[in-house]
Amino acid sequence: MARQMTGAKMVVQALKDQGVDTVFGYPGGAVLPIYDEIFQQNDIRHILVRHEQGAVHAAEGYARSTGKPGVVLVTSGPGATNAVTGMADALLDSIPLVVLTGQVPTFMIGSDAFQEADTVGITRPCTKHNWLVRDTDALSGVLHEAFHVATAGRPGPVLIDIPKDVQFATGSYAPPVKGGPKRYQPQVKGDIETITELVEALETAKKPILYTGGGVINSGDAASQLLRELVDATNTPITSTLMGLGAYPGSGKNWLGMLGMHGLYEANMAMHDCDLMICIGARFDDRITGRIDAFSPHSRKAHIDIDPSSINKVVHTDIPIVGDVAHVLEDLLKIWKARGRKTDREALDRWWKQIDEWRAVNCLTYKTSDQVIKPQYALQRLEELTRGHDRYITTEVGQHQMWAAQFLTFDEPKRWMTSGGLGTMGYGFPASIGVQMAHRDSLVINVAGEASWLMNMQEMGTAVQFRLPVKQFILNNERLGMVRQWQELLHGERYSHSWSEALPDFVKLAEAFGAKGILCTDPKDLDDAIMEMIEYDGPVIFDCLVEKHENCFPMIPSGEPHNKMLLGEVSTKDAIKEGGAVLV
Amino acid sequence: MSALQIKKGSTKHSAYNLRPTFSDVIETHTLAVLVDNEAGVLARVIGLFSGRGYNIESLTVAEVDHTGHLSRITIVTRGTPQVIEQIKAQLGRIVPVHRVHDLTVEGPSVERELALLKVTGAGDKRVEALRLADIFRANVVDSTLDSFVFEITGAPEKIDAFADLMRPLGLLEMARTGVAALSRGATT
Ligand SMILES: Cc1cc2nc3c(=O)[nH]c(=O)nc-3n(C[C@H](O)[C@H](O)[C@H](O)COP(=O)(O)OP(=O)(O)OC[C@H]3O[C@@H](n4cnc5c(N)ncnc54)[C@H](O)[C@@H]3O)c2cc1C
Ligand SMILES: Cc1ncc(C[n+]2csc(CCOP(=O)(O)OP(=O)(O)O)c2C)c(N)n1
Repeated sequence: MARQMTGAKMVVQALKDQGVDTVFGYPGGAVLPIYDEIFQQNDIRHILVRHEQGAVHAAEGYARSTGKPGVVLVTSGPGATNAVTGMADALLDSIPLVVLTGQVPTFMIGSDAFQEADTVGITRPCTKHNWLVRDTDALSGVLHEAFHVATAGRPGPVLIDIPKDVQFATGSYAPPVKGGPKRYQPQVKGDIETITELVEALETAKKPILYTGGGVINSGDAASQLLRELVDATNTPITSTLMGLGAYPGSGKNWLGMLGMHGLYEANMAMHDCDLMICIGARFDDRITGRIDAFSPHSRKAHIDIDPSSINKVVHTDIPIVGDVAHVLEDLLKIWKARGRKTDREALDRWWKQIDEWRAVNCLTYKTSDQVIKPQYALQRLEELTRGHDRYITTEVGQHQMWAAQFLTFDEPKRWMTSGGLGTMGYGFPASIGVQMAHRDSLVINVAGEASWLMNMQEMGTAVQFRLPVKQFILNNERLGMVRQWQELLHGERYSHSWSEALPDFVKLAEAFGAKGILCTDPKDLDDAIMEMIEYDGPVIFDCLVEKHENCFPMIPSGEPHNKMLLGEVSTKDAIKEGGAVLV
Repeated sequence: MSALQIKKGSTKHSAYNLRPTFSDVIETHTLAVLVDNEAGVLARVIGLFSGRGYNIESLTVAEVDHTGHLSRITIVTRGTPQVIEQIKAQLGRIVPVHRVHDLTVEGPSVERELALLKVTGAGDKRVEALRLADIFRANVVDSTLDSFVFEITGAPEKIDAFADLMRPLGLLEMARTGVAALSRGATT
């Protein structure tokens, strides 16, 4: 029955019992007993990062690419505070994480002890839940509950703060209980009556659209499968948020591309003009809706979401369904089939004709060049040369992130890792490390901007130490490109502090870490250089010098509705009205 | 239609009010939140309100079930119907929260608050204060030659009214407990 062991041993035992194989962490005084236990076993790999923020983003990459929770272990005080950005990131993007922090001994809490911080206080608003464990006997229960809370319902990061005396003391260890603890059991089945109402709406819709998001990925592979079945069976057009790319294949025939601020023209126009919008696991983010009162004004809106607070938060929903995507889609398909697989085909044909006209605008067109590498061109070549590879993409934050979303194709879920909600520069590199840890033989590429990449460049040490052949594909415009673009459009081309000055020589930097560096400046050399990167068996920094003042289009200016989209070739001066300038 | 009631594990799915959710009318609602009585739970609730910019007009908390380790937090809040629905849904997301009751829409309820008021003065004012206290059924719980402490229980409006009357009569200090509320009838 209940075995006696130290708190530190319990941590390792619980991780094993929860099926954890990898922990990302950094040691310090308050977690030494746990590190001692890690030293004495071989089931769990510990990846020593170079900064705790890196540990959390790596765990996010691991989690998003596997569907399993990511695990982080850091020390008290600065270890915990360094992990805060990563947790805030995971909370906004619904990534399941279990973060373990050391704490000063219980009898010293509150005394401003060495490396004491109020970790549960600091992290309360950036975790789904957190615990301070004061009693070794309570530890195993909390550890198991933490895994349940992180993964059940809408996933998110949780934190357990473990004082050092609790790690040393002996207590009884209880193994996990099936189904998780009773007190947290989010509802997964949707209401059948409301689902039927949605089926009726789908049967008669003349201009339907599916607007899908990260919730489809969160729900698991079955959800993506069911989504594909639904699209194919009903011939409904489908778009997705940044977070949902890959749930429906980017090469699929009903795919309209990403929607939103930098989404595709056809996707945004279809959202604006549709008569039935079915939102599946997305949350009407302001990058999607633009001006709320002009957002898809003539549509009925259905919303499938596991989190009741997502529904009616931003946009009024006519058909609200609380439940897990896979469960709800399964019921929806069953009901739709049982009622005779009806759709308004004629209307759908007209709708598709309209959509094809929008598609013909070719909104991603850009001015090509044979003198300088256009960032879009670099991504098109990367796409072409890595197609067919077992490929995972992470990104940093900025223009390159948007171009990656526009120009790379994702045919499977969990292949695209990006910081959407918090928009954390410095996410992509450590995330690529986490992904590569989970998929040792796959091609893992971080599409980066030079400024973002520098924010966590210390993780080169991690990549080299653990022989992780992550490819850092840096679109180097020597600018904080996304900021510069806004300054151009919004602040009279006054480029206040949006230069990347004093940049390192990335090739030498790579070599200094014992990795490979590649510099590419000429479009003619690009293919060979990319091939060299792919074929090199080890981490690579690819410094791709690109056009410095390229803007990312299409773009819906802040405060404008979807059908007021800016396209690349048109004039963009004074496009953002004064009211929009206060929005971010 | 009843309001959004997030009971953990509930199979009641149609959780939404039929009232237009996006109206501008500001409403006052009394919410009863049943929570595990564990460290930090009140901070979670208060942090939610401050972090998301919701109003707290009044808040009371105390353990109501010692063996079950349950506390009841009663919150009086104001907002548009949409904001009120958000507040309830957000409260329901907090892991130690068991149930969120919106007493304002779930049928009739009783609300009571207790207040202590210190009133100083002499002569006519002192007599008038005592006379009014009697009308409001306030008790004198402390008295000196030039002060009274009154204890009054009632709906918050009654306490407001009493305090307004005491102000010109020498109200020096007041302490209020905040609202405690229960639904009427045999169910919870
Ligand atoms: C510079 C920059 C520009 C951006 N531009 C764009 C843009 O142009 N277009 C764009 O789309 N995004 C853009 N984003 C991202 C944007 O900020 C949001 O992160 C993103 O739109 C949110 O995606 P989502 O709605 O899919 O929600 P997510 O954050 O992925 O949330 C998932 C939703 O699904 C629900 N859910 C979770 N699990 C389940 C389940 N099992 N079943 C049912 N529901 C579930 C959750 O409750 C939540 O409501 C940009 C970000 C940055 C940094
Ligand atoms: C940590 C952090 N700080 C600041 C920002 C604001 N920001 C958004 S994009 C951006 C510029 C990114 O530059 P770079 O990484 O070079 O990418 P580019 O836009 O040039 O492709 C900045 C500063 C942010 N998102 N994250």
